[in-house]
Amino acid sequence: MTQEQDIRRHTIALLVENKPGVMARIAGLFSSKDYNIHSLSVGETMDPSVSRMTIVTSGHPLVLEQIVKQLRRLIDVIKVVDLTATGEKFVDREMVLLKVNAKGEARAEAMRITDIFRGKIVDVSPETFVIEITGDEGKIQAAIELLKPCGIRELVRTGKVAVMRGPKSLKLA
Amino acid sequence: MAKLKGYQIFWECLLKEGVDLIFGYPGGAVINLYDEMVNYPQIRHILTRHEQGAIHAADGYARSTGRPGVAIVTSGPGATNTVTGIATAYMDSSPLVVFTGQVPTALIGNDAFQEADIVGITRPCTKHNFLVKSTQELARIIREAFYIATTGRPGPVLVDMPKDVIVGEAEFEYPEKVHIRGYHPSTRGHPQQVRKAAQLIAKAKRPLIYAGGGIIISSAHKELRGLAELTHTPVSLTLMGLGGFPGDHPLFLGMLGMHGTYVANMAITHCDLIIAIGARFDDRVTGKLDAFAPKARDERAGGLGIVHVDVDPTSISKNVEVNVPIVGDAKNILSQMLEVLKTMDVDWEGQHSGWLAQLKEWDSQHPLQYSYSEKVIKPQYVIEKLYEVTQGEAIVTTEVGQNQMWAALFYRYKRPRQFITSGGLGTMGFGFPAAIGAQLGNPDALVIDIAGDGSFQMNIQELATVVQYNIPVKVVILNNGYLGMVRQWQELFFDRKYSQTDISVQPDFVKVAEAYGIKGYRLEDPKDVEPLLKSLVKMKEAVIVDVVVDREECVFPMVPAGAAVSNMLLDKPTTEKNGEELKRLLPLNFPS
Ligand SMILES: Cc1ncc(C[n+]2csc(CCOP(=O)(O)OP(=O)(O)O)c2C)c(N)n1
Ligand SMILES: [Mg+2]
Repeated sequence: MTQEQDIRRHTIALLVENKPGVMARIAGLFSSKDYNIHSLSVGETMDPSVSRMTIVTSGHPLVLEQIVKQLRRLIDVIKVVDLTATGEKFVDREMVLLKVNAKGEARAEAMRITDIFRGKIVDVSPETFVIEITGDEGKIQAAIELLKPCGIRELVRTGKVAVMRGPKSLKLA
Repeated sequence: MAKLKGYQIFWECLLKEGVDLIFGYPGGAVINLYDEMVNYPQIRHILTRHEQGAIHAADGYARSTGRPGVAIVTSGPGATNTVTGIATAYMDSSPLVVFTGQVPTALIGNDAFQEADIVGITRPCTKHNFLVKSTQELARIIREAFYIATTGRPGPVLVDMPKDVIVGEAEFEYPEKVHIRGYHPSTRGHPQQVRKAAQLIAKAKRPLIYAGGGIIISSAHKELRGLAELTHTPVSLTLMGLGGFPGDHPLFLGMLGMHGTYVANMAITHCDLIIAIGARFDDRVTGKLDAFAPKARDERAGGLGIVHVDVDPTSISKNVEVNVPIVGDAKNILSQMLEVLKTMDVDWEGQHSGWLAQLKEWDSQHPLQYSYSEKVIKPQYVIEKLYEVTQGEAIVTTEVGQNQMWAALFYRYKRPRQFITSGGLGTMGFGFPAAIGAQLGNPDALVIDIAGDGSFQMNIQELATVVQYNIPVKVVILNNGYLGMVRQWQELFFDRKYSQTDISVQPDFVKVAEAYGIKGYRLEDPKDVEPLLKSLVKMKEAVIVDVVVDREECVFPMVPAGAAVSNMLLDKPTTEKNGEELKRLLPLNFPS
């Protein structure tokens, strides 16, 4: 089994107990088993006792299978769905805040690019803009690439959130 | 409803769980629990001499009885001293509930006196752990802790109780039912998977059952035997599985893996189907992964692959990809499987007679053996004689190293829960306190710790426990004056450079026994071994036997680390041993 060759990127959705220590358990699992973690986002659900997490990870299909099983094994993890593996369509979004140079030519260029990506300039100073862009992985990546020449001073990403398309949804039981 | 103090709730809960024995060591953070304990004479407390001893003893109790082992220790150093014991239980899926005291909630995170983040420390080596935040939730958490520890794939659960929770007050109600929404261990196997497995078994010409500790945990030994006997399929066990199938059964091939028998390792290399049950394809079993079970895994050569029964989905296809995974409890799944197999029209005996003949042939080529000597005691001889004089009935615990492997190979275990050893973590110092727990759980049994001189010294302080409670365990030290297993590696793979493995500076173990007020014997002459062991098994008190054995004896067969399991060393490469040593052959008992 040569695991280096067949590496895939998957998005996993989780429902977990909303209590202290749960993040530590999940982070600990990823670090102790040496699993990749590209992004992780968490927030409360409609039921305040439950949090929803979205994890983007990558690995050989057998490793991805292990990751899901290991997550399910945690007592505080209520539900795990590997969205990519289901083959179902899902919507995923990430938000990024970029502090870019906005002096001279860069000022107009940054505004144009923000426009193209339907982003927003949420803070303005004589020297800088803070730009907010939301989109899927491809869009975020493209926006970052295009803004690079302006000079990115700071970049903050939320990590991906994802939800299945159509009426299907992640339920507790 | 009556309001109770946390320390009362604690003991009430243990009563509800049917606990009548706990191991522990007091301290400031749990002093109220100990103070209240006197009101609960139904529960016997064993004061060990080290917290590690308490956990291993609880573990030995759990492994020998199937009931959860319970321990209670104080915060800080008391808690950190339990970590090796907890990790040991975790690796071998042993059900423990460990209670730790903690500094008051208000002081947590302040580096308060005797504060340790034991929940953080033990997160990776417990099945689950809890920090109790209020007295109200204490009963529910204790209930859940026992439930989690004992169901599914069992394991240690730790409950950390801050002092204010222990002295606080709450209404006491023990929850009837447990509902944990993230925890639903599966028990029955998927019928379609079971049928698929049965079809493969019916097709196989050279099947092999490879069974592990899961057989013992799920009490599936009868079903395992049923499966083997119905289908005439040979059985090999892992270290953790020993006792799960009778060691003297004609279909038994012995242990497999790094120190497995020749025939077992040849069987796994040449079989066309592996039926893995409650085993996890540990590296000590598989050896070099690419070369593991090459025939079974090669479909083009007619290999039928691997059927894997395990209660833990993460065990499946972790190291080796399997063809038919069946998740659930081994006992249930094997009986489901037997039902299906019984309806099949297969001439099992005829279909496997060639394979069984081949196995018999392999075993007669290289049976388990050692060189007997009249001058120096061979460690294998000691185990062989122990087996004889106990008629294979003793509960044996082991330390770690050569002593452990000889105890696994040369004693044949009849029943589950008869062989108790630290397999996954390989913890030196486990065997003696585990023997204490096993003896307390089986008061009428003969319990023997087969020890190494190095390992025994790691929890030697528990001699006081044995004396205080009159626990009649027998410690048989295979004393080679070395960290023998490490020395063996140095002999075979590091040019006999015995770097830091000579431990011949050691106490006189007979005098140590006497110092604690128990009997100690030393054996130096092979002819004294049998008579002493014969009287040993009749003794009603704790005894240490210091057996001075051949210092440079090695455990064989041995698969060098990282090699294929068919690559066994069967003896020392150069034997400069003299003629007076004759080989003792111990073939497995095969049908002819
Ligand atoms: C706590 C611990 N430390 C180190 C080891 C590594 N180790 C494995 S076997 C062994 C030697 C054990 O010596 P002894 O108890 O005398 O047993 P022998 O092999 O001589 O029978 C050592 C040091 C271990 N397994 N556990
Ligand atoms: Mg030794």
